Amino acid sequence: MEPGPIAIFFAAIFTSNILLVNFLGMCSFLSISRELKASVGLGLAVTFVLTTTSLIAYLLNQYVLVPLEMEHLRYIVFIVVIAAFVQLVEIVIERISPVLYVNLGIFLPLITVNCAILGSLLFLVIREYDLWQSLAFGAGSGLGWMLAIVALAGIRQRMKYSKVPAALEGPGIALIITGLMSLAFVGFSGMIPIQ
Amino acid sequence: MITSLAIQVGVVAAIGALLAALIELADRFIANYGECRITINDEEERSLNVQGGGHLLGALAENKLFIPSACGGRGSCGLCKVKVLEGGGPLLPTEAPYLSATERKNNVRLSCQVKVRNNLRIEIPQELFAIKRYAGRAGKIIDQTHDMKQLDIELTEPETLDFKAGQYVQLTAPEYAKSDQPIYRAYSICSDPTDESTISLLIRRVPDGICTTWVFDYLKVGDQVELNGPHGEFCLQPTAREILFIAGGSGLAPIRSMLFQMRNEKIDRKATFYFGAQTSDDLCYLEQMAQFERDLPQFKFVPALSMPRDEDRWEGAQGLITDVLDAGEHEFAQAEAYLCGSPGMIDACIKVLLTHGMPQERIFYDKFA
Ligand SMILES: Cc1cc2nc3c(=O)[nH]c(=O)nc-3n(C[C@H](O)[C@H](O)[C@H](O)COP(=O)(O)OP(=O)(O)OC[C@H]3O[C@@H](n4cnc5c(N)ncnc54)[C@H](O)[C@@H]3O)c2cc1C
Ligand code: FES
Repeated sequence: MEPGPIAIFFAAIFTSNILLVNFLGMCSFLSISRELKASVGLGLAVTFVLTTTSLIAYLLNQYVLVPLEMEHLRYIVFIVVIAAFVQLVEIVIERISPVLYVNLGIFLPLITVNCAILGSLLFLVIREYDLWQSLAFGAGSGLGWMLAIVALAGIRQRMKYSKVPAALEGPGIALIITGLMSLAFVGFSGMIPIQ
Repeated sequence: MITSLAIQVGVVAAIGALLAALIELADRFIANYGECRITINDEEERSLNVQGGGHLLGALAENKLFIPSACGGRGSCGLCKVKVLEGGGPLLPTEAPYLSATERKNNVRLSCQVKVRNNLRIEIPQELFAIKRYAGRAGKIIDQTHDMKQLDIELTEPETLDFKAGQYVQLTAPEYAKSDQPIYRAYSICSDPTDESTISLLIRRVPDGICTTWVFDYLKVGDQVELNGPHGEFCLQPTAREILFIAGGSGLAPIRSMLFQMRNEKIDRKATFYFGAQTSDDLCYLEQMAQFERDLPQFKFVPALSMPRDEDRWEGAQGLITDVLDAGEHEFAQAEAYLCGSPGMIDACIKVLLTHGMPQERIFYDKFA
């Protein structure tokens, strides 16, 4: 049986976490996760972009690309959509929180090339989700990515007080922690399989 | 085939256009900060109405109020400080490294980082109102050494510039073959402060430097030049203490101006000028320094060569300027020092001065960086 939107939503957060299970969106995950506040901000931005672009991507795919037999142009179209929404998010964040805007710096425009987003959009097309499933998957993937980055930021903030071998400081230890987090998330797998 | 291609291109373009329109709308409505009022020093007549959205530094410059800046607004020089009393929003992480705890408490901000989003109340030191934009003509361009030129600028609009010896101006290098946008760089004034209609700069060539290449290879006598100023607080203190001037290369510029001032105002203080160079080819204004020695009874010029060649037949001081300074006999603890030149030279000399007991607050310098 096809899982419903609610199941897909939770699956995207936990059992098929876009970051910890599919390993997409790693670069901004590793670089912004030093600080909790910035992580939450970036997480929200990614969630917003993923949710809105999932909806748009679904509509464009269903009503434009497939009827016109233009599926092979999916990449171009999706990337243009993502770029536009990232630009919107940038305008909005700059208006409401200049500090977050400066803190995110280059990583805000880089959401455009965050592979978690393009990856999710392609997943929902490949898996032939309907409108609600797509929306649920998009929002769930975004929240899942945010959960992962916020968790890592929390751990890394505490790590400031631990003695890390010099060679592993920074990204090294972050990758090891990510591995452990990923193992923990594998524990959820099988509960709600989506594929 | 052709039609399907046209349709595909058309569809992608239409989607792009639609999204672009959406962004344009957001830009119109969300990113529109409207007209903002900047109240300066709580004086009504100094208040400005500017279009919001830009940086404070630029908004002020458009209204002919020039805040010092060496990095051109990149947030890396920390010179563009102003007090923002209201409306500046929270301190940004890009500003934090340049502000001390006291400055933060006093609402000091970097004007190139603060954006004008709403009405602002700011405070600017009175002397900055004197900073203006000047236009002039390149007068004489004189080779002083193999890599230093004296550039005389005859001011045309306004025709006079009132400055204190030791201050600098920012010279604008226009767009030219090696640079696709106008840039500005700081140069100390080396001329007599009583001569307000012609100011002279002593400029040392920096290989591949944008501004110096323009001055050395492109600028011709009679050309239009633009500058703003005067900037800086590197000026002679009104005390009676013994003075140590220390400079290398074009760092001689502000000190030459200070010597003019001493002569004009008949300031008869004990003063020694240590000038560091590598070979005798790097020495300049020797004639003039000798004249200053004659006019100022207690003044002494000490050029020092770090790498004299045989043909230099050098009989003056030898060695790095720090060593020559170290060997000098002065009442360091009672004296005052004015240093000018590269950051490396200045830092090294400050160390020497401190070890000889000169208090930090009596060491004044302008770093050429
Ligand atoms: C307060 C102040 C006063 C100054 N007064 C004078 C003055 O009276 N006379 C004077 O000649 N200069 C003076 N300078 C330095 C001057 O402002 C410029 O930095 C310098 O002339 C180089 O500008 P440019 O555009 O030619 O080079 P840029 O295009 O800025 O630099 C090109 C490259 O050269 C490097 N570089 C820059 N400066 C040097 C240097 N000195 N030595 C080696 N490499 C360098 C840069 O890092 C860069 O990679 C002053 C600077 C300050 C801050
Ligand atoms: S202009 Fe250099 S820090 Fe603002």
